[in-house]
Amino acid sequence: MNKQETLEAQYSKILQEYMNNQSEQALYAAQQFSRTALAKKVPPEEVISLQKNAMQQLMPDLSPEVWHSFDILLEVMTAYGFAFREHQSLLDTQKELKNEMEIASNVQDTLLGTSVPTVDGLEIGALSVPAKQMNGDYYHFVHDGDHSVNVAIADVIGKGIPAALCMSMIKYAMDSLPEYRKDPSAVLESLNRVVEQNIDDSMFITMFYGMYELRSNILHFASAGHEPGFFYRGKDKEFLDLEARGLLLGVDKNAKYKRYEQAVEVGDMVILMSDGVTECRTDEGFIERETLISYINEYIELPPQEIVNKIFRDLERLQHFQLRDDFTIIILKRTK
Amino acid sequence: MNIKVDITEQREDFARLEIAGEIDAYTAPALREKTEPLSKQEGIHVVADLSDVSYMDSTGIGVFVGLFKGIKANGGHLQLIGLSDRLKRLFDITGLADIMDINSEVKGGME
Repeated sequence: MNKQETLEAQYSKILQEYMNNQSEQALYAAQQFSRTALAKKVPPEEVISLQKNAMQQLMPDLSPEVWHSFDILLEVMTAYGFAFREHQSLLDTQKELKNEMEIASNVQDTLLGTSVPTVDGLEIGALSVPAKQMNGDYYHFVHDGDHSVNVAIADVIGKGIPAALCMSMIKYAMDSLPEYRKDPSAVLESLNRVVEQNIDDSMFITMFYGMYELRSNILHFASAGHEPGFFYRGKDKEFLDLEARGLLLGVDKNAKYKRYEQAVEVGDMVILMSDGVTECRTDEGFIERETLISYINEYIELPPQEIVNKIFRDLERLQHFQLRDDFTIIILKRTK
Repeated sequence: MNIKVDITEQREDFARLEIAGEIDAYTAPALREKTEPLSKQEGIHVVADLSDVSYMDSTGIGVFVGLFKGIKANGGHLQLIGLSDRLKRLFDITGLADIMDINSEVKGGME
């Protein structure tokens, strides 16, 4: 009851002050009061009661009609009171969800975690940044001893939590087929069947899978509808599209994925990305592949990890630090 | 970020859609809601005119693949027309141009 008495006393004081002087201070005090009341979760109908009680003390001789009118006001405010309490409980729920999202996002990082391999003669840079809390892009490296470095980059069409959950499924499907992982076509064909059977009709995955053979320095690759990467020929300082045709995963269970090859010489680079990079929207429209090339070119002499970091920083600035889509870029450079 | 989806013709076995604006994660649900009933109609031929679509991202692709699969499963046919080069490229990259009917229309007629 103590809290109630204090509030009542405060309210009564403010009301009296204003009835006597109509001062700005009293109005200001009223504003302060409403903040305190909100913080103490006082519902609106209780504020009406405060007014009624205060008036009964300050002006006890008012006609009974005035007091009756307060009853109507109280009734009318009851629904607002319900809305207020609902709002409070929604705020609590929202806080809970936010906490859960944070945990989920950490779980995702752990589940999908991959480390960039250290390989003699091959420098690798990789960066993936989600637009929202959960990432629908995914990349994965497998270092197969002296034989090869395998790299997968994928993008779930759709964003947020459903996309992230879907990615975890892909990751486990991939882990369970180690015997094929040297053959990009077989990997994609097998994942395609998993996705086709298990995923909602309007959710699809694009994926690029590459197997870099360390002894021969040949990149074997296949693509399931993924944004084409670039191949940078160091000798001629030119960028070529790493073109590969193949259908999105999950559309047709019988889809076949062609295997392509690219010989890599010292100084050459393989640049892979998600469509969050090429679909980056700026004030002047979309970033063209040529523009992206010019950005990469600017940092071409730097180590791959620094190149990807700097490109991300530049593209983020172009979009006023508001990522619209998940962003992933990977660079492999043959150094000897 | 606006989208306009009009069904300009609708018969038992044929529907024509005109879509204008941007198709992205924000507008895709509206497009899906409007087109989904069509995919349930047995043996329907749907022509979707995308001439006035200024932007489409991968979420939009998702909607059209869903529609394509739905219509096909019920013995119908989806035809996309009026795609700009930028839009066409999306269907090329994703390999969908090989399995879907895209930009095949000669103005004023049907195959």
